[in-house]
Amino acid sequence: MVNREAMKCEQMWHELSNYLDGEVDPTLGSAMDEHLKGCQRCTSLLAGMRNVTELYGDERMIEVPAGFGRRLERRLAQNARANASRWSPWSAWLIPVAALILFAGGLRLASSLSSPPLKSKLAQPGRNIPPDMLVVVSDGSKVFHVAGCEFIHHKETIRTLTAKDAISQGYVPCLRCMRKYLTDVAGVARGLDAEVRADAADAEEDDAGPEGGQ
Amino acid sequence: MSLPEMPEPVVNHSPTPTREQDLIARVQSGEHESFYELVKPYERRVYAAALAILRRPEDAEDAAQEAMLKAFANIRQFRAEARFSTWLIQITVNESLMRRRRERTVIMEGIDDRREDETDYQPREFADWREIPSEALERKEVRRKLAEALGTLDRKYREVFMLRDMEKLNIQETAEALGISTASVKTRLLRARLMLRDLLAAGWEQGWFSRLPFEKGSKPW
Repeated sequence: MVNREAMKCEQMWHELSNYLDGEVDPTLGSAMDEHLKGCQRCTSLLAGMRNVTELYGDERMIEVPAGFGRRLERRLAQNARANASRWSPWSAWLIPVAALILFAGGLRLASSLSSPPLKSKLAQPGRNIPPDMLVVVSDGSKVFHVAGCEFIHHKETIRTLTAKDAISQGYVPCLRCMRKYLTDVAGVARGLDAEVRADAADAEEDDAGPEGGQ
Repeated sequence: MSLPEMPEPVVNHSPTPTREQDLIARVQSGEHESFYELVKPYERRVYAAALAILRRPEDAEDAAQEAMLKAFANIRQFRAEARFSTWLIQITVNESLMRRRRERTVIMEGIDDRREDETDYQPREFADWREIPSEALERKEVRRKLAEALGTLDRKYREVFMLRDMEKLNIQETAEALGISTASVKTRLLRARLMLRDLLAAGWEQGWFSRLPFEKGSKPW
């Protein structure tokens, strides 16, 4: 609480700036109002201070140098061009290289998705095989079959899966039971001969070891 | 502190908040050519903020323009909850302070640098002090005298005074811009205002404003 009677000029000077800005609490403000009513010295000091803030707060006091706006606009444009030119040497070769990388990566990705490594060198990829078609595979075999195909090896390990999954795991369609889906019909005969030989080799290996793995 | 010879007309049409927000959004989304339109209304304030710290017009212009470029480069960091003008001026003050530190500019320090607080202040009394009307600012000579008076203040007072009373930042914004407490801002502001009042009164006695038309008997002293 401010004692109005005790408000001295020295105290006023401490608070004049805050008073001018409306930054004093109401009690202090009232005490200062009261003091100012009877003090010409402080009133004049406050008037001088207000005059200072009004004069210097006038926009005419800060004059932007002639051409400032034009120079700023030009500098912004130069900056934009500099940024663009920093890109141009890169873009000259980076874009084709990036495109090549993306293309190669895309090919590799597409290859990995559509053509998994085949388990048989003699295999032919199937064509238009319904992805949800149920087929069977067996351990140690590289081929998937229609259930009931007489050429299924190791029938004790048979398991059922979709054609899509079988292909994704590297199995190839049986040249006999899946013949209608094979890409190269002319090559089927060659494949069949080779498959017969492979089957024979598998059988020999089966006989040779208890694991029967290939 | 010197004033430029051929001042440009001051254009102070601050954009409406909606217009400004629209411009900000457009620049942030890549419409870079709209940036100048966004900052143009703040040219004077940005320049004044740089001048408050660097004093020389050519240094202030360079710093102000560099600050604009930095604002452009960082426009995506601006958040809508802040005032764009405050953000822009803060960048300008930072740029100017950095330049001053880097260049180690030798500044002629002004009066009364030893006194931080106002406890020993005794206002000078003048026989013939009169209030200077704002119309006086039409005269280049008067503006120059006022600028010279401001230039004699110690840096710490001048910076606070210019940001608060010329840039119209509030106490809190001034404190944040300069990295000082609000109490220090208030103390320095009081000191700066009183010193300028004394300088102007002394200038009046020395005839700075002798050709100004005043009414008889209007002197407050």
